[in-house]
Amino acid sequence: MMSIKDIVNNAHSRWMDSDGPESDIVVSSRVRVARNLTGIPFPHMLDTEKAKEVINAVRLALDNEQVKNIAGEPELINLDELSPVDRQILVDKHLISPDMLNNFQNKAVIMWQDGTISIMINEEDHLRIQCFLSGLQLTEAWEIIDQVDNGLEQTLDFAFSEKLGYLTSCPTNVGTGIRASVMLHLPGLKLTKQLGGVLGATGKLGLTVRGLYGEGTEAVGDLFQISNQITLGQSEEEIIDNLISVSRQIMSQEQAARRALYKNRREVIEDRVFRAYGILKHARILSSEEAMRLFSDLRLGLGLKAVTGIRFKLLNELMVKIRPAFMVKIAGKEMSTYERDTFRAGLIRKEFEA
Amino acid sequence: MVCESCGQRPATIHFTEIINGHKQESHLCEICAGELQPQGLKFAPQLSLHHFLAGLLNHELGEGSYRVPAEAGRKCAKCGIMEEQFVKQGLLGCGDCYPYFEERLQPLLRRIHGNTRHTGKVPARTGGRARLVKEIEDLKSKLKTAVEHEEFELAVKYRDRIRELEGNLLEEEGEA
Repeated sequence: MMSIKDIVNNAHSRWMDSDGPESDIVVSSRVRVARNLTGIPFPHMLDTEKAKEVINAVRLALDNEQVKNIAGEPELINLDELSPVDRQILVDKHLISPDMLNNFQNKAVIMWQDGTISIMINEEDHLRIQCFLSGLQLTEAWEIIDQVDNGLEQTLDFAFSEKLGYLTSCPTNVGTGIRASVMLHLPGLKLTKQLGGVLGATGKLGLTVRGLYGEGTEAVGDLFQISNQITLGQSEEEIIDNLISVSRQIMSQEQAARRALYKNRREVIEDRVFRAYGILKHARILSSEEAMRLFSDLRLGLGLKAVTGIRFKLLNELMVKIRPAFMVKIAGKEMSTYERDTFRAGLIRKEFEA
Repeated sequence: MVCESCGQRPATIHFTEIINGHKQESHLCEICAGELQPQGLKFAPQLSLHHFLAGLLNHELGEGSYRVPAEAGRKCAKCGIMEEQFVKQGLLGCGDCYPYFEERLQPLLRRIHGNTRHTGKVPARTGGRARLVKEIEDLKSKLKTAVEHEEFELAVKYRDRIRELEGNLLEEEGEA
C-alpha cells in the first residue's frame, strides 16, 4: 500500500496511467464535493482547538465499514507535519489546493491508495472529498464520491438545509457542493484558431474554463480544465451529464481539427511533433514553459499515432516531475532558475533514453 | 486580441485612460500589464473568486446610488460573523448564516446559480423531510413513465408508495 510519504516521493498517480476512455484528449476526470459539519463554524472562523476537533471527528468517521469497503485503509496527515516541498508536490499532484500552501495550520489531508480518493480537511469547507480518474470517467468518479460520502454520513452530521441543500462556506458551492471537472488537451483547436469560439460557447453553458492548476491559473501545454459553475438547482447527475455531453462536443471538435490538420498539413504537423521529440531528447536547458509546450506537441503526435514508442503515462508523470518542487526533492537541494532549467533538461533526457 | 506590447500573448487586460480629455485605450496581457505597474498603473494581479463575489454582494447590497449600508453591528447570532466581514470576504461564517442573512443571499444565489432551491442529493440521516420529498418526486416521475409504457401494475405500486410517503410527510409536519 502507498503511504502519503510514497505519494510525495513519487510523481506517479493512478490517473496518469491513461487507461481510461478517451484519454488521448481527456487527460483526467475529477469530482469533489464540499461538506461541513453541522453546528460548527466554517474553517476560516475556527481557532486551533476547534479546527482540531473537526480533524478528529473526520478521523473517527473513517473507521466505518462502508468507507473501508470502497477504498481500503485511509491515511490521515496534518499538513504542518509535511515539509514545504512536500506540500508543494501535493499541490502539483492536485491533491491539495494552492491555498493550503501558505495556509496549512490546522489542516489535514486524507488519502486512499495512491491519492485516487482524497479528503482535504479544513480547507474552505470542513471536508472536500475528491476523486481523480484517468480519461472521461466523471460518472464513475461521482459514484465513488457518493459512496464515500454515504459512509462518512453514517457518523458525521453534515450541515444541510431542505431548501438550499449542503451548506458551504462560499455561496458558489451551496446545494450539491459538487465541482466536476475534466482536463482536456486541445492542441488541434488551438492550431486551427477555434479555441476562443469553442471555449466561449462552453462558458455560456454554465461551465467554467480554467488553466491546469485551477482558479486563476493560465493554460499551459494546451491543457484546459472545464468544470461546472452551478451547484444549486440541478442534481449531481444532471451536472455530471451536462459536463460529459459538453466534453464530448469539444472532443469531437478537437478530433475533427486534428484530422483536418493531419490531412492537409501532414508535414507541418509531423515536423512539429518530431522537433518536440528531438528537443526533449537532446536539449541541455529547458524552462518548464518550453517543456510543457513540447509535451503538448508530442502528446498530439501520440494521439495521431505519428510517433510511437512513448506512452501518455510518461508525459503525465513528467508534468509533475519537472515542476520545481519535485526537482528539489530529487536533487536534494534548492536551485536557481538556471540550475533548474539544466536539471530539468537532464531529467527529461534520461526519461527519453530509457 | 493580442497584447499590444509583446504581440504574443492574448490581451486580457483592457483599460482606458483619459488625460486632458484625450482618450487612449490599451490592450495588454497580464505580464506586460504587470510590468507597467511601476509607472503608476495599478492592476490586481488576478481577480480572485472571493473578491469577485464580494463585489457582487456589495452590488446586491445596493452600492452606489441605491446603497443600503450593511447594518452596522449586524451579525450572525450563531457564529458572530459581521455582515461587513462576509460582504468583504465573500465567505459565510457558518451554516446558520444562510437563514440569518437569507434576504441578502437570495438575489446573489439566483445570480450565481439561476436558482434558489436544491434538487440534488439528500443525506440519509440528517436529510429529514427533504429526503421524503425527493423520494416522492422520484417516484412520481417513475409513475409517469410507467403509465406512458402502460405498465399499470407497476404504476399502482408506485401510486400506493407515494400515498404512503405523503402520509409520512404529513405526520412529520404535524410533529414539527
